[in-house]
Amino acid sequence: MDWFDTWGLSLAVFLPAVGVVVVGFLPRHNEQLIKVVTLLVTVATAAVGVGLLANFDYGVADALQFEVDKQWIEAINSRYHVGIDGISLPLIALSMLVSVLCVVYSWDHFPEPHNPKAFLMLLLVLEVGMNGTFVAQDLILFFVFFELVLLPMYFMIGVWGGPNRQYASIKFFLFTLFGSALMILGFLALFFKAGNTFDIPELIANASVIDHETQLWIFGGLFMGFAIKVPMFPFHTWLPDAHTEAPTVGSVILAAVLLKLGTYGFVRIALPILPEAAVSWAPWIGGLAVVGIIYGALGSLAQRDLKRLIAFSSVAHMGFVMLGIATLTDFGINAAVFGMVAHGLITGMLFFCAGSIQERFNTRELARLGGLLIQAPKLGWILGFCAMASLGLPGLAGFWGEFPAILAAYQPAPGLSEALFRTYMVVAAIGTVLAAGYLLWMYQRTAFGRPKEEFAEAHIHDVHGPEWIAWAPMLALIVVLGVYPRLLFGMTDEAVQTVTAAFAAVGG
Amino acid sequence: MPAALLAQAGGFTAPHLDYAALSPELLLLGVLVAVLLVDLVVDETRKYLVTQLAGVGVLVSIVPVIALAVNGDDRSMFGGAYVVDDFALLFKGLFLAMGYVVLLMSTRYIEEGDYYEGEYSFLLLSSLLGMVVMSSSRDLISIFVALELLSIPAYMLAGWRKRDLRSNEAALKYYLLGVLASAVMLYGMSLVFGVSGSTLLTTIGAAVAGSPGEQPVVTLGIFLIVVGFAFKVSAVPFHFWAPDTYEGAPTPVTAFLSVASKTGGFVALLQLVYVGFFGRPDVWGPLFWVLAALTMTVGNLVALRQTNIVRLLAYSSVAQAGYILVPFAVAGESPAAVGSAQTATIVYLVIYAAMNLGAFAIVMAVARKTRSGEIASYGGLFNYAPGLTVLMTIFVFSLAGIPPLGGWFAKLAIFQAALDAGTFNAVLLAVVAGVNSVIALFYYASVAREMWMRPVPDEDRTPVNVPAPLAAALGLTAIAVVAIGVYPQAVARLGDLAHLATG
Repeated sequence: MDWFDTWGLSLAVFLPAVGVVVVGFLPRHNEQLIKVVTLLVTVATAAVGVGLLANFDYGVADALQFEVDKQWIEAINSRYHVGIDGISLPLIALSMLVSVLCVVYSWDHFPEPHNPKAFLMLLLVLEVGMNGTFVAQDLILFFVFFELVLLPMYFMIGVWGGPNRQYASIKFFLFTLFGSALMILGFLALFFKAGNTFDIPELIANASVIDHETQLWIFGGLFMGFAIKVPMFPFHTWLPDAHTEAPTVGSVILAAVLLKLGTYGFVRIALPILPEAAVSWAPWIGGLAVVGIIYGALGSLAQRDLKRLIAFSSVAHMGFVMLGIATLTDFGINAAVFGMVAHGLITGMLFFCAGSIQERFNTRELARLGGLLIQAPKLGWILGFCAMASLGLPGLAGFWGEFPAILAAYQPAPGLSEALFRTYMVVAAIGTVLAAGYLLWMYQRTAFGRPKEEFAEAHIHDVHGPEWIAWAPMLALIVVLGVYPRLLFGMTDEAVQTVTAAFAAVGG
Repeated sequence: MPAALLAQAGGFTAPHLDYAALSPELLLLGVLVAVLLVDLVVDETRKYLVTQLAGVGVLVSIVPVIALAVNGDDRSMFGGAYVVDDFALLFKGLFLAMGYVVLLMSTRYIEEGDYYEGEYSFLLLSSLLGMVVMSSSRDLISIFVALELLSIPAYMLAGWRKRDLRSNEAALKYYLLGVLASAVMLYGMSLVFGVSGSTLLTTIGAAVAGSPGEQPVVTLGIFLIVVGFAFKVSAVPFHFWAPDTYEGAPTPVTAFLSVASKTGGFVALLQLVYVGFFGRPDVWGPLFWVLAALTMTVGNLVALRQTNIVRLLAYSSVAQAGYILVPFAVAGESPAAVGSAQTATIVYLVIYAAMNLGAFAIVMAVARKTRSGEIASYGGLFNYAPGLTVLMTIFVFSLAGIPPLGGWFAKLAIFQAALDAGTFNAVLLAVVAGVNSVIALFYYASVAREMWMRPVPDEDRTPVNVPAPLAAALGLTAIAVVAIGVYPQAVARLGDLAHLATG
């Protein structure tokens, strides 16, 4: 399997790109063929992902594996350097899984204006960008993949989205681009200040030569890029619009993977390269994170639209992830990575459910919904299950993202104020109560009671074939990870320790 | 009198002419004359032969450029006034490639519009010759001659739709302001010549570098020359001719002006600044800083309000000129960054040529059906012309600098130069450029939004008929944009090779 060690990651990233070209040459009207080819491409990519999972050496999860380091842009000393460690692995696996499931889910119901060819090509481009971001070990390569997801998502929201789609799509685009403009300046500053390299492992080794004040500024640039993507309060305003207007599949990918690009950026780039600055910034990041938790929860309580409610809940959940990261401890960052995967699965599922509800009722307005358990009991139960998972019920995946993040705030990394982080901890704990509040209230309004008069006579399909196929793996994973979290913590822990090792040196 | 002249002529020794080094210019001159002659003999129905001859001639002229580049020797003539080095060859190749693409774009347009075809090709080639000469000019006189040679045919081309009032207006505005710019520039040149006693850039470089402060006249000279070229590259506040001229001129000519003519201005600036005035960054550094910041910001903000695609692209190209000015400002901030600043300008010019020509080719293709330049006429283009839509999407987002399309690397090169300098002013300018690229995205995306997300106006879904030459132009530019975006090393290497030795 030597070839797999060198070609595995490139296959994972560029198979979907090949798929884009192939689908591009298929006739637009042969929709069945287009769907089958796209499905095959995403399944093949996922098979590569299975190969990665199988061949990954979990004994040295902190080392970069399947590494490739080739010339790319010699002129600026940027290289095609890819590799994965225990932090990247679960995220790239998630990205591949969600891509397959999205193709399956959209099989028979492409949103208006239909056109599966364009839609699926965009989906494949998205997958290239997502997989690429998680494997890149070079800042410029990372930047290119990080930005690559913008165009397909812009079109996915803008063409296939809801009534307010044009506004939402450009807002999404402008916000993220603003962040990445500052981020790339940060990358270039790193390049010039730390030994003329964009190589992430090399920068981790070198960047301590940068003086403290410059580090703070560079971290600020990276912070803007990643925090807008996460999104953290107060940069979150693009998210509810984008989620609400996006087609179901777009929302799912946005929630499941795109938001993780931001948090992943913190864990992969900002923290390990600039640990000193991270210690200085951490109280602010933690503060914004808990504000996001409370704000997201209160925002959710106020929503009348199902998708918008879930979108605000994303702000709150990503707040937990960021709080975990801000503690700069093993415990917290492990929780954060777990939280990313769990949020991806759970919120992805919630958006699937919301999409299916909208398809059946032609509305997402909570006031008009009700009695789902009577009309479509299976869908109702799945929604309930996901709501429980989302509010952090022990035994399901969501719990392991939130609970350890809160615990970690009790004892943040040396150099951070314990009193401050314990305050954050209390506030975050209140956030979980609010989360239970808005999720249960949401569930109550959609699933309980009797169907509203306007839908009383309507014939509502329960969960159908493609939905089952698309949802079963995610539901199963939510349970499996909830019952046996070691599956994921085992992968991430060693890699996280190498990240946090630097903070001990700084704070001690 | 004649006797006295003859006596003087006796003492005249012909300068050494390196015919190999001059072969691209000589070939182009030959083609130009041939075009003029063939135009005289072929009858009305076969005028297309003239355009084809011009196209082939331009392509053939690229051959010696490549041969000289492979050979690699730097050749210098007239005591250093005319130099053929990597810098010159890169831009000669670029100009000829642009010229070929513009000829491809023009072919059907001129034919179907019932305009003079032979003369059109002749003037286009003349202007092109001016640009090719400009690439080698390291002397105030040859720079000025090259500038006039590239400008004067362009004044006429701008008015080629002579029965259209707006085309007349375009040509007149362009002409008057062009002449004004030349006058300002000449005055500056005369001052610089007065101080240094030479028109040779290297000599000027040595003369102006010494004793700064004692020579306010040098400051004024440099200032006026830069301002003259600021007109040429449509930098704010000397840009106001550009939108009217671009809108009124025939679209292929607009493409030519906004890409080739602008590049000509920048080539001159590169040589003047880095060879001639490099010792006085205190004069041109702040000047370029202000020009760059203003040009980016004003260009982008005004572009936001445009409803006509050509005017939008006009203001976009004003803004793009602002980005290209950034490296100049940065090089003035820190001489250490001169290497990455030169690379950035060169890289940006190459990538800008591909993406902007492509965008104009789309404008021409779409106008064949809609007969309109309004952005609203692009509504729903994706429904009946998906190919053109995808290509236009590639071009506008490349102009916006979104990876993996060529434009991202151009922007990156600019940022890199700024951070290489690393001073507060340089980084501030980079932040201004960064914010501007976000503003710019809004109007570039509005074109995409129109094509992808809006309904078709009048439900007229007849397909767009794209003639073969235009399709070829689109194909060439699109391939260049995507290939450079995925593998930027190709142009980055050129940019590094083609540095000017700073004076």
